[in-house]
Amino acid sequence: MKLLLIGTSHRLAPVEVRERVAVDPDGAAALATRLAGDGEAVCLSTCNRTEIYLAASDQLEADRRATAALAELAEIDPADLEPFLYRLEREAAAVHLFRVAAGLDSLVPGEGEILGQVRTAYERGKVGPLLDRLFSHALHTGKKVRTDTAIAESPGTTSSAAAALAAQVFGDLKGARIAIVGAGKIGRRAARRLTKRGASLSFVANRTEMRGRELADELGGETIPLEQLVGATERADILVSSTSSADVVLTKDELARALPARKGRPLLLIDLAVPRDLDPAINELADCYLYDIDDLEAVVHETARGRETEFARAESIAVEEAARFREWLATRDVVPTIASLRERAEAIRRGELAKASPRLAGLSERERNAVESLTSQIVNKLLHEPIVRLKEAAAAEDRGGPENRFEG
Amino acid sequence: MAELLVWPALLAYGEAAVAYAGNARNPGALGRLATWGVRVGWLAQTALLAGQAYRADGFPWSTWASSLNLFVWLVVGAYLIWGCSPRFRLLGLAVMPFAAALLAVSYVAGGTNSGGGTAWNDVLLVIHVAFALTAFAGFTVAAGLAALELWEERLLKRHRAGILRLRLPSLLVLDRFTVATIAVSLSALTVGLLAVFARLPDHGVDLLMAGTLAAWLLYASILYLRVRSGRRALAARLALVGFASVLVLQLGLLVTHVA
Repeated sequence: MKLLLIGTSHRLAPVEVRERVAVDPDGAAALATRLAGDGEAVCLSTCNRTEIYLAASDQLEADRRATAALAELAEIDPADLEPFLYRLEREAAAVHLFRVAAGLDSLVPGEGEILGQVRTAYERGKVGPLLDRLFSHALHTGKKVRTDTAIAESPGTTSSAAAALAAQVFGDLKGARIAIVGAGKIGRRAARRLTKRGASLSFVANRTEMRGRELADELGGETIPLEQLVGATERADILVSSTSSADVVLTKDELARALPARKGRPLLLIDLAVPRDLDPAINELADCYLYDIDDLEAVVHETARGRETEFARAESIAVEEAARFREWLATRDVVPTIASLRERAEAIRRGELAKASPRLAGLSERERNAVESLTSQIVNKLLHEPIVRLKEAAAAEDRGGPENRFEG
Repeated sequence: MAELLVWPALLAYGEAAVAYAGNARNPGALGRLATWGVRVGWLAQTALLAGQAYRADGFPWSTWASSLNLFVWLVVGAYLIWGCSPRFRLLGLAVMPFAAALLAVSYVAGGTNSGGGTAWNDVLLVIHVAFALTAFAGFTVAAGLAALELWEERLLKRHRAGILRLRLPSLLVLDRFTVATIAVSLSALTVGLLAVFARLPDHGVDLLMAGTLAAWLLYASILYLRVRSGRRALAARLALVGFASVLVLQLGLLVTHVA
């Protein structure tokens, strides 16, 4: 059985192609069952990739059938799909899956959703010894990368930095309420980012009700006039402001009056406007954390510097785990040879003991057992070195193999 | 022989403390090593305490040094509830050096030896020691959580750009855990104090008892402040003051027992 991966992702294919080969979990399970034949298959399909992992004895045939299946999904000629496909074998396929599970191949590096998608694909695929090992190792790698590196804590934009800071204050954002002041493009983007992480929109305060209404309808909140903002802050945990007002829309004194009703619940205020909407002195109030655009830029800049380091560390974990997988794979390949070697040696040992049995007839039961044990130990010691060499040779051969083929 | 178990416990706690320090600079494998150090050390210390209990004629942790041994075990046990999570590894950096140092003190003072102990028939004293130590261990962990919460609050207030890379637990989670730990520990201290009051007719009141009562009042007011008025940061600061009172009480125990 050889390991093979055929797929397409955001790296090679535009969304028009990706959406045509995408399948839902049921479709992925059906496709895996169809392609597995007498081997193994797992289909991983997300909005950024559709990949088929195969363990097959006839690689060429498996490749042909998988390509045909993807072309059939896309309803195009296989030749037209070919430029968007990549193929990886053995360790290269393992490294790729480990990188995918770790979120290193995602559009947003380190995002956590992919790990669940890999798990679903694995659980619903047709797995045998090879893919079972590959996918459980990939899930382990994904978890390890998230535990040992801060790759998931590296926002790339100010709105994602705002969402990450909100999570730093409130933890799980489910249950956190957002207030949006000013329904412009920036405010909308921040609101969407926060709701995507589980927060809910409490209200939109805008000068013109119609524009606020659009956002409130989209994300499920209410609209209020800007004048009612102070009283309404009680209903918010995260306040994002991005109006085009030339004056401050919320002062320290105004907010201080509204704070007792909050009973110590923290309030994160994100001021994305220039000139600033929120009085900088608000940060001096207890349980209020005010971040302006410069503060968020600084967070993005700082994590960007760290992101490269974290990315490199995550990469090395993926490669390290893939090397372990390769060793297992190499050992697995020589298992039949080792088993047959042991069988042969055992047969010789038993044969020689049988031949010598007339001469050993006078031995007691205890002495006979000692001879049995002694001959077994000699055989094991003699076989130890060749078996170790065999495993090493298999691993070395595997390292030099032509598996790093990347087509497309 | 059971006394020898103090060495693996000490070594493992020490290893955990060093690994936590390394993990703070370079998170990853060292964090896992630290967690295993805590687990192995705690298991070794559990075996040590079990050996002491088996060989003692009465309650084996009635001396100051042996109660310190039990106290360390309770502190590490309480930390272990969260300590396995990567986000709480910075708490380990506060707890484990402290635990290793206290266990070493207990060892030097003979608190890890077997034999001896107060007669089991003084049940009220046994209840008092066990529950008061459990409460103090909880207050110690609560102080660690409160310190972490105050530090995170400071980082947020000062807009430290690298805050996300520290991978701290969220502010609200720390607050919740601090309050929950204090609430559980206060209940344990209440039981411990009730046992003391039950002994009053025979033994009278001493300064240490008065101090314990003062600690109870302090922690009760922290809970009241936090739950009724929502003064989170003040409650966290008072949890640190409360921990100072726990240290004073431990020292008081040393003075009275040595005297």
